[in-house]
Amino acid sequence: MTQLASNQFSVRSAEDGVCMRVFLWVLWMGYRVFGPILELLMAMFRPFAVAIYRIGGPLVARMAGIILIGAVVSVCLGVWAHALLFGFVDDSILARAASAGVTVAGPFDHFSPSTWGLTPSQIAAQLHVVGGVWDTVSGVARYLLWPVQFGIVRDLIGVGALIGLFNVIPVYTIWWERKVAGRIQSRLGPMRVGGWHGWAQSPADGIKLLLKEDLIPQGADAPLFRLAPYFNIIPSALAFVALPFGATYVFRELDVALVFILGVLGVEVVGVMIAGWSSNNKWSVYGAMREACQMVSYEIPMGMALLLPVLTVGTLNLTKIVEAQSGGWFHWLAFDSPFMFAGFIAYFVASLASCKRAPFDLPEAESELVAGFLTEYSGIRWSFFFFAEYAVMFVVCGLAAILFLGGWHSPLPASWGCSLGDAWYMRGVKGLFFSGPIWFVAKCVFLLYVQIWIRWTLPRIRIDQVLYGCVQVLLPLTMVLLLGTAVWVWASTSDCPTWATIQRISRYTLGGIGAFFVIGFPAIAVYGFYHRRSLVGNLVQDAMPGS
Amino acid sequence: MAETVLESRPDVLIDFDSREQGDLRTEEMLINMGPQHPSTHGVLRVVLRTDGEMVLEAVPHIGYLHRCAEKIGEAVQPYQYIPYTDRMDYLAGMNNNQGFSLAVEQLCGIEVPPRGQAIRVVFAELNRIASHLVSLGTCGLDMGAFTPFLYCFREREMILDLFEAACGARLTYSYITPGGVHDDLPAGWADRCLEFLDYFEPKIDDYNNLLSFNHIFVKRTSRVGVISIEDAIGYGLTGPCLRGSGIRWDLRKTAPYDGYENYDFDVPIGTPGGSDNVPEGVIVGDCWSRYWVRVLEMTQSVRIIRQALQQLPGGDSIAPKMKNIKLPEDEAYVEVENPRGQLGFLVVGDKSAIPSRVKARGPSFCNLCITEKVCKNVLLADVPAIIGSIDVVMGEVDR
Repeated sequence: MTQLASNQFSVRSAEDGVCMRVFLWVLWMGYRVFGPILELLMAMFRPFAVAIYRIGGPLVARMAGIILIGAVVSVCLGVWAHALLFGFVDDSILARAASAGVTVAGPFDHFSPSTWGLTPSQIAAQLHVVGGVWDTVSGVARYLLWPVQFGIVRDLIGVGALIGLFNVIPVYTIWWERKVAGRIQSRLGPMRVGGWHGWAQSPADGIKLLLKEDLIPQGADAPLFRLAPYFNIIPSALAFVALPFGATYVFRELDVALVFILGVLGVEVVGVMIAGWSSNNKWSVYGAMREACQMVSYEIPMGMALLLPVLTVGTLNLTKIVEAQSGGWFHWLAFDSPFMFAGFIAYFVASLASCKRAPFDLPEAESELVAGFLTEYSGIRWSFFFFAEYAVMFVVCGLAAILFLGGWHSPLPASWGCSLGDAWYMRGVKGLFFSGPIWFVAKCVFLLYVQIWIRWTLPRIRIDQVLYGCVQVLLPLTMVLLLGTAVWVWASTSDCPTWATIQRISRYTLGGIGAFFVIGFPAIAVYGFYHRRSLVGNLVQDAMPGS
Repeated sequence: MAETVLESRPDVLIDFDSREQGDLRTEEMLINMGPQHPSTHGVLRVVLRTDGEMVLEAVPHIGYLHRCAEKIGEAVQPYQYIPYTDRMDYLAGMNNNQGFSLAVEQLCGIEVPPRGQAIRVVFAELNRIASHLVSLGTCGLDMGAFTPFLYCFREREMILDLFEAACGARLTYSYITPGGVHDDLPAGWADRCLEFLDYFEPKIDDYNNLLSFNHIFVKRTSRVGVISIEDAIGYGLTGPCLRGSGIRWDLRKTAPYDGYENYDFDVPIGTPGGSDNVPEGVIVGDCWSRYWVRVLEMTQSVRIIRQALQQLPGGDSIAPKMKNIKLPEDEAYVEVENPRGQLGFLVVGDKSAIPSRVKARGPSFCNLCITEKVCKNVLLADVPAIIGSIDVVMGEVDR
């Protein structure tokens, strides 16, 4: 049995050897030449850096806050802004050019030189510099925005927004989880970093993790060890490609969006298994084995529960599924039938297991396996896994919101907003009250809150109980629900008036139950807040404020 | 192949082999739940021989916290040794102090005044509550329930504040000394203590709702780690481990000391599932029973403290101090009821001020022996459950 050497980077051919040597020589010369220059620059600027640090320390902390909040807001707006931007370019450059007779291709049709869009001079030819500040400004904007008529540029802007979202969502979900966990545990959570309630804790942790030592355990399979985080983080970023935030706010509207997202999330299993195996640590292998069982098993009931809305609406296209729920609270698919209601709960439980969240967090069970498959990971590699986990949490909550809770529609029917007209200033109002990305994000945030709440309340389930729950409880349940929904859908295609009445009764009853829970929850929270002193006890409130 | 691993580890007294089960060839893994581990309570090393998730054998290795406490007992006077007893079972310092003080008092014939005895009882029971709070919290933490741990520690902060008001320290008190208690209670302490008890009693219901009767917790701990009565007595278990198996043995009742006979309290034992608040599926002697015995003991401790504070006699809190007392050439062995079991101290005097031998019988040391018997053919996730329910404190095991 040949023993594989720990250093696997053997040179395969003479050409590889020469290229490697040339590469190393370039690096070395760069270091020799530029090293002294860099040091000189650093020496020149060091006093300035020190002065900035000393004088502007507190100021920079506040400014960093403003900058960061600005970053968050602008990234979220990026989801909307790029649609606005593209709309502006479509309308003011391409449409006007078309009306002026210049042949112009759509954004994604630039295949040959004859259809290579409008040159800046052509755009300039259409500028109407007719007094008025607005005309001048918009004209200049149109001139400067000429690249945006190309699909590739639009895609790049969209990718930028996507990457921004993918980075910001986990960062703030982590902060929020720590705050919620603190409040549940009778303490405050992060309070210091950045000032107001430790909002900068997550970015600070991210910077700290970037600066940690790059540690690969001895005897670990180094290439696989390095590769594993990417198997986790890339699929979770890809899932955002097909996830619609609003009617027109989706990076790529796929007709098989649901299957795409599920397939992509399934690749996470591979990442975890590679991570566990390559760490050269028996505890990591345990975590990987448990995780493989658990995640793969729970994909089945999760998929079957996700098929219920697909059956009801008849398409895998997430945008169309949401459009079918545009009638307000009682038309959301979760309240469509008792089977869908139970299906929503089954999906939520299965998604908890598939995200490795408590009570199913055996793969990273701290008290048993130190950290499971993550034991040997530190620094930015660990934060890749963490980011992927929280991004996947957001994606599965997003799927739940889209498929069961009406996506981006508010509880008020979207048709009520039609009376507001179509003026550009009414769009914000309509988005806020009737149908807009903010409702989608709000629903995701609520479901994330429920996930966090469950995690910090319930103990962990053992692996045999996890698999018992999957195979003996959830799987037959979802099969029954699938059958029931199929019967329900078939019955609703028949034009039987009693059936329509039954459906309406069930829809309003379930909607009422849902409304009871959703309204009851803030009511209980408010009650708890006003009576917090007597609930916790006088002693604690006096001795330990913040409990 | 992995057989080579074992030949260089003769200290691990387990055989290693790979077994053939039909067409499936499985290999056993030897893994180390090392001294540094989030769920071994302290520096305990357990070597596990597992077949996948099934643990076939678990051998605890101890000694990582050995600090030669018994040897030091031969070098210092008894009054000076009290701080060393604090650090043995650091979660139950008052009870350790009490045990050693009783041994020295028996040896030297010192009489503790009634007020001293009552104060000792109050502090010992408060420390029992504090220790059980840690035990319950960490039991939950091992199961993955992060929140009850912090609730228990919130209550424990109140108790430590009371201790700090009385003796100045939060963990290593050195308060109960041979002859009585070091200082009398500060003014108003009894009222603060009663206020705390009034606040604390309803909290136990909170913990029950959150953790004890939580379906997941019950499924994780019931029917796991069952210790039969024969095993419990045979291995010399004491404390909640013994009482969880259904044996009503408590030194405070069978061999009362420090005036425990004056107080009215029950000794809770493990009861089978379905009766008396106990959830279905619980067997006497499983992890849940031991956990439940600790919860019930907390309520009994509250009863005792209330009675003691009501009946607090006046007078001195410590016997007249006899400086430079020479220990008679005799020996005394006294056992007290620690939160973890029976803690015994042997003090052998030889007519000088310094004992010639001090031996501590740590309850956790004896309780830990059951691990090997009980952790056979359990799942890996059950090992922290079992060790958590035995409630080991390594300071006491290793001394």
